Amino acid sequence: MEQAPLDPERQLQPAPLEPLGSPDAGLGAAVGKEAEGAGEESSGVDTMTHNNFWLKKIEISVSEAEKRTGRNAMNMQETYTAYLIETRSVEHTDGQSVLTDSLWRRYSEFELLRSYLLVYYPHIVVPPLPEKWAEFVWHKLSADNMDPDFVERRRIGLENFLLRIASHPILCRDKIFYLFLTQVFFFYLADSRLKALNATFRVKNPDKRFTDLKHYSDELQSVISHLLRVRARVADRLYGVYKVHGNYGRVFSEWSAIEKEMGDGLQSAGHHMDVYASSIDDILEDEEHYADQLKEYLFYAEALRAVCRKHELMQYDLEMAAQDLASKKQQCEELVTGTVRTFSLKGMTTKLFGQETPEQREARIKVLEEQINEGEQQLKSKNLEGREFVKNAWADIERFKEQKNRDLKEALISYAVMQISMCKKGIQVWTNAKECFSKM
Amino acid sequence: SAVLQAEVLDLDEDEDDLEVFSKDASLMDMNSFSPMMPTSPLSMINQIKFEDESDLKDLFITVDEPESHVTTIETFITYRIITKTSRGEFDSSEFEVRRRYQDFLWLKGKLEEAHPTLIIPPLPEKFIVKGMVERFNDDFIETRRKALHKFLNRIADHPTLTFNEDFKFLTAQAWELSSHKKQGPGLLSRMGQTVRAVASSMRGVKNRPEEFMEMNNFIELFSQKINLIDKISQRIYKEEREYFDEMKEYGPIHILWSASEEDLVDTLKDVASCIDRCCKATEKRMSGLSEALLPVVHEYVLYSEMLMGVMKRRDQIQAELDSKVEALTYKKADTDLLPEEIGKLEDKVECANNALKADWERWKQNMQNDIKLAFTDMAEENIHYYEQCLATWESFLTSQTNLHLEEASEDKP
Repeated sequence: MEQAPLDPERQLQPAPLEPLGSPDAGLGAAVGKEAEGAGEESSGVDTMTHNNFWLKKIEISVSEAEKRTGRNAMNMQETYTAYLIETRSVEHTDGQSVLTDSLWRRYSEFELLRSYLLVYYPHIVVPPLPEKWAEFVWHKLSADNMDPDFVERRRIGLENFLLRIASHPILCRDKIFYLFLTQVFFFYLADSRLKALNATFRVKNPDKRFTDLKHYSDELQSVISHLLRVRARVADRLYGVYKVHGNYGRVFSEWSAIEKEMGDGLQSAGHHMDVYASSIDDILEDEEHYADQLKEYLFYAEALRAVCRKHELMQYDLEMAAQDLASKKQQCEELVTGTVRTFSLKGMTTKLFGQETPEQREARIKVLEEQINEGEQQLKSKNLEGREFVKNAWADIERFKEQKNRDLKEALISYAVMQISMCKKGIQVWTNAKECFSKM
Repeated sequence: SAVLQAEVLDLDEDEDDLEVFSKDASLMDMNSFSPMMPTSPLSMINQIKFEDESDLKDLFITVDEPESHVTTIETFITYRIITKTSRGEFDSSEFEVRRRYQDFLWLKGKLEEAHPTLIIPPLPEKFIVKGMVERFNDDFIETRRKALHKFLNRIADHPTLTFNEDFKFLTAQAWELSSHKKQGPGLLSRMGQTVRAVASSMRGVKNRPEEFMEMNNFIELFSQKINLIDKISQRIYKEEREYFDEMKEYGPIHILWSASEEDLVDTLKDVASCIDRCCKATEKRMSGLSEALLPVVHEYVLYSEMLMGVMKRRDQIQAELDSKVEALTYKKADTDLLPEEIGKLEDKVECANNALKADWERWKQNMQNDIKLAFTDMAEENIHYYEQCLATWESFLTSQTNLHLEEASEDKP
């Protein structure tokens, strides 16, 4: 399998040595404990920073894919593909790499890792996974998940996913990520927070920047989908043009049998037509990689939206808390001053069943005052949380934007390079064919 | 022409055609017709290009200006035929007439009758069933016009056919149409349909000389292959057209995208313009294909059908001789007149065979040249297409690299 050349940006920075903890610590427990720890820090401040596990520079690769059969949760036989994740540590001095870990994982496990990252790093634009099902296929490409070409492209996509995480300043230090690479049994219970991410909320004062970001991500998704769809159709047609020329090869060869003078020219021209027809396979395979690069950003649009939603959730939460506080304050005021401006059940029952005693009223005021105090504290901390989130989120969004601009520009340039290569091949084949024709 | 004038006066029907030709007659006062083009043979050679025998040309024909004529009975198209010649047997050096497809069919029929074993050039088909919405769509008319032009020029270039009496088709002002209209086109092709004719042609096959067996083999195989090549070429055109249609949509999406990406605007717009330029290059390649390759290949498909007809006619002529010989041998009929008849038929067979042999060599030579030229042109079109696209993308890449260098130097403190 071809490995991507060593890119210094993709290697982890060395970090101070820290013990991992007892090697036989039950993973479930380990996960649970860390998860809790991370859960409390919903501001996204990296609780993992004091646990740096990377001793030296690390190389990660998804080097192989293998078909497996097993039994699923319903005890039914199923076939799936497993991918080999290899981690190597690179010695500083001589650049040699030593294999430190290797394990097999299937696509659904990668999905678990991503779900976890989405929940615990809500302000981060989490790198997307390669597609689950083959979409935007042109007719020759298989939509079958077990098709070797699809598996190969997915292998590259999964490697890319891991490398993106490893090169992210915050995500790379996550312990669960480390465990994903090194511990065979990986176990993560779905968090209710994940469900919350998918709900929609009506926010009264949306932050314009996040609204704009959401629009941008919608546009990005829509335009890239469109582009990929048309590209697939163009690929289909191009395939047709090239392949039909292959028929010339066969017929010229048969015809050359009855021609004395023209025979040789026809025969050799026919051969060039065959070469032309078969050249399209490699050309379109290269283009698939370009399509995959665009697809990554198609899926990144969803990651952007996830950050926006998280912000909305926080904003909504904040607004609800503020509303709740305001109504409690009002209730309190009314009780204190004796005026009833707002409708309340208590007010109604009082009217129906008689006034409450002063002691009762005092008690109620006291409760309310306590609640108001608590509410004000909460609101303060929520506000702080919100501002921290916004600050961190925008830092990551800026990072993402730079990455996106670099990557897309590179992709477009690589597309041009592909076209140039295709044209050069075309010129060569047709020049050869023309020579044969002119010799007929 | 005096004879033709008499025939015109006999016309009692076909008022519509007469209308057409009387229109011509009013236009065409031959004495006062002044050509715009020079009449010297040398300048004519420079103006009109043909594939073969250009230096000895003394007859130049163009077919153009299709015109629609509507009558109560039908609608039909006529084509203008301009003839320029330095030949003595023509009354003038310039002629302009209008003819319709049926008239061409008539001419072909007459040529086949007069020269049954010569390879008469093919006419474009009567109808093309596939993909035709109406008979008179512009592409169909243009394709037909070009083919009719080819047809007449091939006759003009043929050493024997060019002197055929009925080639006066080019010049006659009024035209005797009723006889050929009553008989319909392809009189000779009907001959093969009677049972006797079929049986006799079978006999002709049995006694076919070796060289004509070879010729027949070639014709059969050639016909197969050229038909396949015709299908392949048409299919390539279709696929290129569909590719072009998709490409037209592809470029603009990048422009749309550039509206939401401030940092990638230029790159995306440049990619869009590259794609559009490649799209135009595809269009040009397609039109090259339809001009250079498709008509030639199709003409040879029709030629291959012609050749099979010629072969049949040769076999029939031989069959006539063979049946008389058989009659003499087995004393089937009155044998007194037979030896003389057989003598005549032997001459006829020898003439037919010689005519075919000579024409065959000529035809083969032309075929090789035409095919070679057509495919070389196709290769040339493709080379040009890829060269254009290459230049487009290379200049994009250069501009991106230059931009990058500019930006890098800007970043330097």
